[in-house]
Amino acid sequence: METYSFLREFADSWALLSLFLFFLGVVFWAFRPGSRKVHDEVANSIFRNDKKPADGDDPKAHVKEA
Amino acid sequence: MWDYLKLVVLGLIALGAAIAANYAWDLAYMVNAVTVMLAAGITFLVVLRSAGETKTVNKNEYMDGVVRAGVIATSFWGIVGFLVGVVIASQLAWPWLNFEALQGIGNFGRLRPLHTSAVIFAFGGNALIMTAFYVVQRTSAVRLWGGNLAWFVFWGWQLVIVLAASGYVLGATQSKEYAEPVWYVDLLITVVWVAFLAVFAGTLMKRKEPHIYVANWFYLAFIITIAMLHLVNNMAIPVSFFSSQSVQVTAGVQDAMIQWWYGHNAVGFFLTAGFLGMMYYFVPKQAERPVFSYKLSIIHFWALIFLYIWAGPHHLHYTALPDWASTLGMVFSVILWMPSWGGMINGLMTLSGAWDKLRTDPVIRMMVVSIGFYGMSTFEGPMMSIKAVNSLSHYTDWTIGHVHSGALGWNGMITFGALYFLTPRLWNRERLYSLSLVSWHFWLATIGIVLYASAMWVSGIMEGLMWREVDANGYLVNAFADTVSAKYPMYVVRMLGGLLFLSGAVIMCYNLWMTVRALPSRVTTHAAVPAE
Repeated sequence: METYSFLREFADSWALLSLFLFFLGVVFWAFRPGSRKVHDEVANSIFRNDKKPADGDDPKAHVKEA
Repeated sequence: MWDYLKLVVLGLIALGAAIAANYAWDLAYMVNAVTVMLAAGITFLVVLRSAGETKTVNKNEYMDGVVRAGVIATSFWGIVGFLVGVVIASQLAWPWLNFEALQGIGNFGRLRPLHTSAVIFAFGGNALIMTAFYVVQRTSAVRLWGGNLAWFVFWGWQLVIVLAASGYVLGATQSKEYAEPVWYVDLLITVVWVAFLAVFAGTLMKRKEPHIYVANWFYLAFIITIAMLHLVNNMAIPVSFFSSQSVQVTAGVQDAMIQWWYGHNAVGFFLTAGFLGMMYYFVPKQAERPVFSYKLSIIHFWALIFLYIWAGPHHLHYTALPDWASTLGMVFSVILWMPSWGGMINGLMTLSGAWDKLRTDPVIRMMVVSIGFYGMSTFEGPMMSIKAVNSLSHYTDWTIGHVHSGALGWNGMITFGALYFLTPRLWNRERLYSLSLVSWHFWLATIGIVLYASAMWVSGIMEGLMWREVDANGYLVNAFADTVSAKYPMYVVRMLGGLLFLSGAVIMCYNLWMTVRALPSRVTTHAAVPAE
């Protein structure tokens, strides 16, 4: 089979299917149990560290504070 | 040591550019070479003046100098771009404005790419780079990675703009819409863009926040996708090392498809994904509420980037492009409506519980109208991509109206909102100079867009219907010139709309200038003291 026909058939079969499944996976991942707490935390992350970078080496320091 | 290496490189660039200017085949190439020589020379002097000195960097501060420069550049290029837009709109309404003495420099054909590139890449590009640098620092809680590399991105981008703009008026173009810059400017864009990616990704990698905030996902998708689009669409072989002319590697319908794969994704990733990054940061910040649904923002992101990349073929309906490709483009464009509106709802609903702010805060009003125009143009776009509608709308002014409701309404308004948000913070001022001037800007801009879009709808649909009108014997009723003269009133209204939009932007610049000049500095706490 010539390259064009092969790529064209591959694109609208397996490639399409795998991309769609990946997308479904993303949706399920977003709605996974326990994600709400993480998402609320991330959504509120823009309201800290406004004026200067976070101090220290402990990457979670601000989380306790928030 | 590092400084001396820089000096050597800059000296070599200046020398090389001088030699190139000497051997130039065409005027545009020579002017560009001289510009590069001057830019390298000036940078050489700047580096020389501080060479060998030890530079201290306060890691406990954000790198905001480059963002401040970005605010100035965005405002400046905005005015330039809108002004050229008003000029070319006038030239279309009154062709005698294509002055005989300026033929080949100041006529519509030469100024049009200047307008589109100035608003998209100079105004929009600076807005994106500046806000990306601001947002990634705040959401990662670290200073920008790469030190002065961010300044290289800023100045490199300004050089790209100047080279491209001066090239256009002198006739240097590779004749690809929104990708007009010639081969050596494309190379410079590539270098600057890789540096941009490095600064952005480097900052994300050393972040102190555990998660990457959704705005950064949009910015990252914008940077990576634009890099890919730029490389593929600009595959060309220069006719000489000393000429601005080049030959495209691909030809015919393949070239057309690559061009519109690039063109539509420039809309999708430059003008949409990047600006959505702005929306997801600045709207919640200005409303002082977290985004309506973080889950929706994740789905919005993945759906948008998965779908947009396929929509390009709708620019090539009824051409030599195979039907399946054109149908695919249409189908994906229609599906794209859904994530777009998901994003719009997410942006608008962020204000739920704070709608009263619309009454008191003209900046949030601007952002909301911007999201409204995003919703409107992402409905109009899918509709126009349907083949039957496209057969009427394509090649008419409707397309131009659609582009401008997106560009002026969505990109323009969200950028103005970001500028109003950033200026007091970056220059450490308590507030903006005048909120009533913001209201003036808001109304001038909104009325301007409405005039512009409605004039182009009327003109476009009328033009499309006139083109396809046949008499009882099957002959076309209208000559092309008939449509041109019928469009005159709409062209005048369009020019007026643009003029209102431009005046609004001038008012904004005055307001921002006075915010910095006339208001006292906020009482500052020392940087080492926690602000909480």
